[in-house]
Amino acid sequence: MPEIQVNGQPLNVKAGISVLAALQNQGIWTTRTSVSGEPRGALCGMGVCFECRLQVDGKIQKACQLMVQQGMKVVLDAR
Amino acid sequence: MNWDVVVVGAGIVGAACAHRLAHAGMNVLVLDEKGIGEGATAAGMGHIVVMDDNEPEFSLTHHSQMLWDTLDLPGDAERVHAGTLWVASDEEEMEGATRKQSGYLQRDLKAELVSAKALQQLEPHLRGGLEGGLLIPNDSVVYPPRVAAFLLEQSGVEVRKVAVSEILDQGVCLTSGEKIPAQHVVLATGVKSVQLIPELPIRPRKGHLAITDRMPGLLKHQLVELSYLKSAHGSDLDSVAFNVQPRSTGQVLIGSSRQFEAPDGKVDFQILGRMLKRATAFMPALHDVLVTRVWTGFRAATPDSLPLIGPHPARKGLVLATGHEGLGITTSLGTAELVCSHITGNPCALDPRPYLPTREVAHA
Repeated sequence: MPEIQVNGQPLNVKAGISVLAALQNQGIWTTRTSVSGEPRGALCGMGVCFECRLQVDGKIQKACQLMVQQGMKVVLDAR
Repeated sequence: MNWDVVVVGAGIVGAACAHRLAHAGMNVLVLDEKGIGEGATAAGMGHIVVMDDNEPEFSLTHHSQMLWDTLDLPGDAERVHAGTLWVASDEEEMEGATRKQSGYLQRDLKAELVSAKALQQLEPHLRGGLEGGLLIPNDSVVYPPRVAAFLLEQSGVEVRKVAVSEILDQGVCLTSGEKIPAQHVVLATGVKSVQLIPELPIRPRKGHLAITDRMPGLLKHQLVELSYLKSAHGSDLDSVAFNVQPRSTGQVLIGSSRQFEAPDGKVDFQILGRMLKRATAFMPALHDVLVTRVWTGFRAATPDSLPLIGPHPARKGLVLATGHEGLGITTSLGTAELVCSHITGNPCALDPRPYLPTREVAHA
């Protein structure tokens, strides 16, 4: 089982699933906060809506389009 | 109700006209099929910019900018005095910047030449090797649909979401068959103006925009390449130009493209690709930024690139306020002054002649 970090906390996740699925399996539904301070999370889950974007290894990416990899550093609500 | 003026179109030009005419004491009704600020007003960048391509354009944009400075806009109109930084890639463009500066200075506008080194300090994310630029600090940025709504709120005029099927002599006919008589009709429907008045010399000129995720601090000014002036005018060929704008949210709005004869409003990935390549060529840091939305819009272009503002020669009571191409946000307020002057007969600070629909159109 790969281990990723979410906001610095280690987390063992299933191999071959998306970062979004890994987070949702943990009950984490909010990936970022809107300009006006509202919670945002995946809407479409298929790479179109961009709502589930978060920071992975220093780069803003779509959580639903990214497979988990050993050692990934995920930052929720980076901006 | 006997209306003094019916304004067709609730984009920023129609809203500004309604606002100005209501202020002059007129009973004004505004009609728009889609609602407030739904067309080019929502699609554009919202760059309040003084443009010096020719004397009438310079006058209209400059006068309009002074009017913008008198508005007390709400916070959510997102007005930011970002200024425009015209970027020069080579010596020839730097000479162009110097010529440009003298025109601005002659009009008592602030315009500062920027050396290559100063350019790097002002905008460190621009690529190296640029020649310099020209900073116009008074230019600004707004969120146009909110401004349109604000102007209409301020004026207290009635706005109806209905479609006009025909312009009558002193009135309009709706698609429902209802006729609304009015002393004057102002047509401010941008590219759609030709649906009601087919003889108008207006062609749709398609543009693309992309907006990024929040990247606070990536840039401070609206950055436009000086060769934009070469690519944006006088050519029927598809063109792209580096034109990026910082939004108050920290997002970056990336333009710009121009296409005549586009078949529809769909995103054209070939021209979008060219546009984004142009942007990253000037600002390599944009490579790593996520674009979250892309959209298109249609500018109302005229053969000489000047708007049509003033009475229609053959239709009683009709005043045109259309054909603003890419400057409708900036020039909406000046247009409203001219329209008000045509309707009330009171003098206007601007010479109305260059914009009259009856002018001899010199093809730009």
